[in-house]
Amino acid sequence: MKVLVAVKRVIDYNVKIRVKADHSDVDLTNVKMAMNPFCEIAVEEAVRLKEKGVATEVVAVTIGPKAAQEQLRTALALGADRAIHVETEERVESLAAAKLLAKVVEEEQPGLVILGKQAIDTDNNQTGQMLAALAGLPQGTFASEVVVEGDKLQVTREIDGGLQTVELTLPAIVTTDLRLNEPRYAKLPDIMKAKKKPLDVKSPADLGVEVASKLTLLKVESPAERKGGIKVGSVDELVDKLKNEAKVI
Amino acid sequence: MSILVLAEHHDGQLAGATAHVVAAAKAIGGDIDVLVAGENVGAVAEAAAKLDGVSKVRVADNAVYAHQLAEPMGALLVELAGDYSHVLAAATTTGKNVLPRVAALKDVSQISEIVEVVDADTFKRPIYAGNAIATVKSADSLKVITVRSTGFDAVAEGGSAAVESVDIVADNSQSCFVKQELAQSDRPELAAAKVVISGGRGMGSGENFKLLDGIADKLGAAIGASRAAVDAGFVPNDMQVGQTGKIVAPELYIAVGISGAIQHLAGMKDSKVIVAINKDEEAPIFQVADYGLVGDLFEILPELESKL
Ligand SMILES: Cc1cc2nc3c(=O)[nH]c(=O)nc-3n(C[C@H](O)[C@H](O)[C@H](O)COP(=O)(O)OP(=O)(O)OC[C@H]3O[C@@H](n4cnc5c(N)ncnc54)[C@H](O)[C@@H]3O)c2cc1C
Ligand SMILES: Nc1ncnc2c1ncn2[C@@H]1O[C@H](COP(=O)(O)O)[C@@H](O)[C@H]1O
Repeated sequence: MKVLVAVKRVIDYNVKIRVKADHSDVDLTNVKMAMNPFCEIAVEEAVRLKEKGVATEVVAVTIGPKAAQEQLRTALALGADRAIHVETEERVESLAAAKLLAKVVEEEQPGLVILGKQAIDTDNNQTGQMLAALAGLPQGTFASEVVVEGDKLQVTREIDGGLQTVELTLPAIVTTDLRLNEPRYAKLPDIMKAKKKPLDVKSPADLGVEVASKLTLLKVESPAERKGGIKVGSVDELVDKLKNEAKVI
Repeated sequence: MSILVLAEHHDGQLAGATAHVVAAAKAIGGDIDVLVAGENVGAVAEAAAKLDGVSKVRVADNAVYAHQLAEPMGALLVELAGDYSHVLAAATTTGKNVLPRVAALKDVSQISEIVEVVDADTFKRPIYAGNAIATVKSADSLKVITVRSTGFDAVAEGGSAAVESVDIVADNSQSCFVKQELAQSDRPELAAAKVVISGGRGMGSGENFKLLDGIADKLGAAIGASRAAVDAGFVPNDMQVGQTGKIVAPELYIAVGISGAIQHLAGMKDSKVIVAINKDEEAPIFQVADYGLVGDLFEILPELESKL
């Protein structure tokens, strides 16, 4: 079974972002970028399926600027066999990303596609579900466990009330939650080897998809800052403040 | 303008989130219909009909919608969406699972987790773990939107909308429900509680979370957790508060043994009053806390319980 993994280049999760002075967007100049953490979990799951002999080939795909090839090389170092870069300098909304991924799915015919549940930049949590709808495939979102059984897939999902298990026909779409696995780190020899693995570059036009969106970003602002409070010296003082000053208990 | 709100429900009961989504729909303006889809959901429909501002409740009561699997739910909403300018759902795991399918099949963008309605086409939503607020305008003919409950005060009851049934039966051969393990608790729901007390890695073990119980009992609080506490297996996933867990904004949030990473703050920094208990006086959580208490939680928690 071929497994396709979608990885997105985003701001490193440790970086505190700044809003541009003209409020047009978040300032990403000279900011450390990385693979979206949920995509790292997706790559790890695909590689583990290959190590278990369930997957025969792992293909990583990204949509983004030239620099996004760094994240594809990371995926290759982590164990993906080859990579596809859909190169565009434009802002790609989730719908366009899903349309492009649907075209890649049509060409590659994978048995399973794994995405992150959410990109930590836009916090959209949409692309996997959109891809499932466009490709006409079932979805197992927010997965904390994935088990392939013949031509079926059992997915345990993290839902608001606890855990839910669903069974899907394959091919299927899975999006990862935090507890699915703990991603490994790439080792130096693997990073070297990854440089020689095949990486195909395509354009959205090659796939026949229009990237432009009907959504306009009008403004980006910083949220209202909380003003720092005080330190209290004892439990008594805390209880007193909560009762008589804040009046919340 | 006409708006379709997807009702959130569990165990045959309308969930609190729906009243917040109806509030967002009222802010957009226009006729508001609520769709209740599930199996044996008569009582849910009756409860939805009482929400203020709702003109009509449409009920799709069929086994295919039991457990609200994404595939049939998406197909149903796509059938109905043609009658509406906006389709809204709560930004819960159900809403997030289903709505993007509807957007994709109608070839429109989805606007996720709005916290403010500027006008019928323009919305505010947090991005980058709430460290920026984006204003986005949609030129799509249909707006598909998930709503963050903390952004909108729930509408009251008092309405008496008409209830009509929808006889669309989506077919679904691709997915089926296997099982569910739901947390059982007598405490209020995290997202709706007036007081939330959360424990982090500093709690040390699942057993130690019991130290929060007595305090939660006295305050009528829900208990939450940081990702580190969930990952370590101290408590189940449904207790995670944060960017990728639950978003809460209670009157009082007490963070115990939680350092205050941006991903955690994203889920609680809109709380009215924040208390932090941490032995490290440099912990970032103190930068957002109204009242900080530096010290060992194992000493502080029993004392706090006795003094409440
Ligand atoms: C993609 C992604 C998504 C994430 N989503 C979330 C999310 O939704 N929610 C979330 O919470 N995190 C999330 N995180 C994780 C986040 O970055 C932090 O790692 C996490 O919040 C840390 O949890 P913590 O504060 O409990 O642990 P730590 O950072 O280890 O802090 C433990 C604290 O306990 C204190 N402590 C220890 N012992 C005691 C004691 N005896 N008495 C008093 N204080 C004590 C310490 O001083 C310390 O400040 C996410 C991370 C990523 C990469
Ligand atoms: N530009 C992109 N390139 C590759 N994958 C993407 C892209 N955008 C989103 N995805 C995938 O979709 C997931 C969810 O993203 P989102 O729906 O934008 O929050 C990500 O974790 C990726 O797996």
